[in-house]
Amino acid sequence: MARTPGQAARRDPDWEGVRLHVVSGKGGTGKTTLAAALALALAADGGRVLLIEVEGRQGIAEQFGIAALPYEERRIASVSRTQLGLPAGEDGPGEVLALAIDTEQALLEYLEMFYKLGRAGKALQKVGFVDFATTIAPGVRDVLLTGKACEAARRKGPDGRRRYDAVVMDAPPTGRITRFLNVNSEVAGLARIGPIHTQAQAVMRVLRSPETAVHLVTLLEEMPVQETVDGIAELHEAKLPVGGVMVNMVRPPVLDAAAVAAVDGDHREDVALALGEAGLGGRSRKAETVRAAVEPLLDPLLEQAREHAERVELEREQRADLQQLRLPTYELPLLGEGVDLGGLYRLAGELKRQGAA
Amino acid sequence: MSSSTNGVRGTGSRLAVDALIDDPKTRIIVCCGSGGVGKTTTAAAIGLRAAERGRKVVVLTIDPARRLAQSMGLTELDNTPRVVKGVTGDGELQAMMLDMKRTFDEVVLAHAEPERARAIMENPFYQSLSAGFAGTQEYMAMEKLGQLRAAEEWDLIVVDTPPSRSALDFLDAPNRLGSFLDGRVIRILTAPAKVGGRSAMRFLNAGMGLLTGTLGKIFGAQLLTDVQTFVSAMDSMFGGFRERADRTYQLLKAPGTAFLVVAAPERDALREAAYFVDRLAADRMPLAGLVLNRVHGSGAPQLTAERALAAAEALEENGSEHSSPEAELLAAGLLRLHAERMQIMGRERRTRDRFVSVYPDVPIVEVPALPGDVHDLDGLRAIGDRLNGAA
Repeated sequence: MARTPGQAARRDPDWEGVRLHVVSGKGGTGKTTLAAALALALAADGGRVLLIEVEGRQGIAEQFGIAALPYEERRIASVSRTQLGLPAGEDGPGEVLALAIDTEQALLEYLEMFYKLGRAGKALQKVGFVDFATTIAPGVRDVLLTGKACEAARRKGPDGRRRYDAVVMDAPPTGRITRFLNVNSEVAGLARIGPIHTQAQAVMRVLRSPETAVHLVTLLEEMPVQETVDGIAELHEAKLPVGGVMVNMVRPPVLDAAAVAAVDGDHREDVALALGEAGLGGRSRKAETVRAAVEPLLDPLLEQAREHAERVELEREQRADLQQLRLPTYELPLLGEGVDLGGLYRLAGELKRQGAA
Repeated sequence: MSSSTNGVRGTGSRLAVDALIDDPKTRIIVCCGSGGVGKTTTAAAIGLRAAERGRKVVVLTIDPARRLAQSMGLTELDNTPRVVKGVTGDGELQAMMLDMKRTFDEVVLAHAEPERARAIMENPFYQSLSAGFAGTQEYMAMEKLGQLRAAEEWDLIVVDTPPSRSALDFLDAPNRLGSFLDGRVIRILTAPAKVGGRSAMRFLNAGMGLLTGTLGKIFGAQLLTDVQTFVSAMDSMFGGFRERADRTYQLLKAPGTAFLVVAAPERDALREAAYFVDRLAADRMPLAGLVLNRVHGSGAPQLTAERALAAAEALEENGSEHSSPEAELLAAGLLRLHAERMQIMGRERRTRDRFVSVYPDVPIVEVPALPGDVHDLDGLRAIGDRLNGAA
């Protein structure tokens, strides 16, 4: 189902109707980057999108090159179709807001709402209550975090319309995502009545609805692909809505094994000739001198091509495993110099072109 | 943080891995670093090499890739070292995967009467703590390390550390678990009568009521009771978790322990490595050096990325006079791959140099990138060779 990058025709996005996009992935695959890119892509048609971070890492701030985010919804970017390299549409630019959820403050806010603690809340904070609470029942923290995302996704403005067209959550990694989202069973051991339970059930209803999609970010390498396959099976089992697979840092195949074999075999002299004519043989006009100058390059270049072909083959296997999942799949290119702000908009453009937004 | 003050950029001395593993005084090697940098593979490769150079080695892995685990014969997660087959030489290699729940159970069983141990292990809070507490894996990795060391069955233990975002978690998590179990809320909940004098009592009782009341409303009285029973059982059993955590921590400072910080030549990984190097220095823990994995090289460094790209473009656009179109495309492909390689190398070198200029005294070994994943002993041997300078 992978679409070739560069397909420019405007098409219906794959996640029409989804309000809450949860982005997970193995550590090191670029989950935060792609969550940010997806938020930009979703906002490009004039929408308002909220990007939420839950792990207290300030990864969003780092990604956008801004100061650390406070615990409030704050505008961090505006985005238009042309900025993503797409033909302009009828709508004006959209905007992305960001929220870095602070668990401690969220819990106190929550207790305040239901128990009217007043100054006692401060005292609880002092004796390390919040630490204690989230330690003996990590589910409580997860309910707070997912609850905040669900609330934002369903919040309505004074005009009665949704405040956000979409909410994107930079979620915990694949290995923990199902537990994190499956809040109902996480708090099952807790008090059976009371606001946490009611909240967990409300959250679960939103998370299991068609308004939510859980996307997984991977690389074309053994471990991340395996984790993606396992993670999707777990999500299915927990009846959580599986979204798409985002394959990050894809490098275009330049030469395959057959090409390498050709250079190594019959075509060696011919390739040496081409390299010489491309100016790599020095200035001499004598064929033998040029050939001799090219010679020390040939084996190293071949060796690099061989390694490349081997990797292309491994990637082909991993891609085949991903295709077995039969999910919408998006491929994002490796950006040579790392992902700066420009790179982020480029990835957002790719996601939009490929139908993820 | 140490830095060169004279403005001369340090070159970074070379880390001699063989010297480290051949030294009989080296008893523990801890491989640490952020997730996804090849820690497990490095630990396994070092273990295999040390064994094949004559030492009796056990490798403790935390969460190995499936095929890497299979390559060492680790098909079962049974928390016991197993002999790795196919090792040559006079030494011996054993390997095991950490099972944190089982390790926790072992701790309980070793310190409590059977009946009491069963009561603890049936406690629902214990069950969630041993299976999923953030930090339990790190704590149990250290616990297991302590056990292996105490067994005196091996003369070298190589430890892989849990995959976490931050390399520091390995050092911090055990303490965090310890201080949680020794924390004030726990103290108040489990032993209210012991805290403070008479005047403090009234205030504390008011605080207690609020605390237990609120906790009870959120968590339910049952969970609180479970926590209380568990903590007091553990506490009377072996005098506090913090103490135990401290003891395992001390093991890491003991003579014979060497830390290898593992990183990849990428900004984030090296930043984590830098944090870790600072932390080891602050805690006076012995850093052996930095293993820089997956470093790219080229046999034709004299050909720059710019020249290679220009030549590739010339071939693609103008062709050549004498060679076939097919050869032109192949040559252009070779050149484009080379340009890409040279760009990667340039980026890696800049990242590495930044680290070296701040930490000129940290010995480094660069391990050339392999095109594929490692999934057999030969692959591990190749890594071992590369750890010692083979290209």
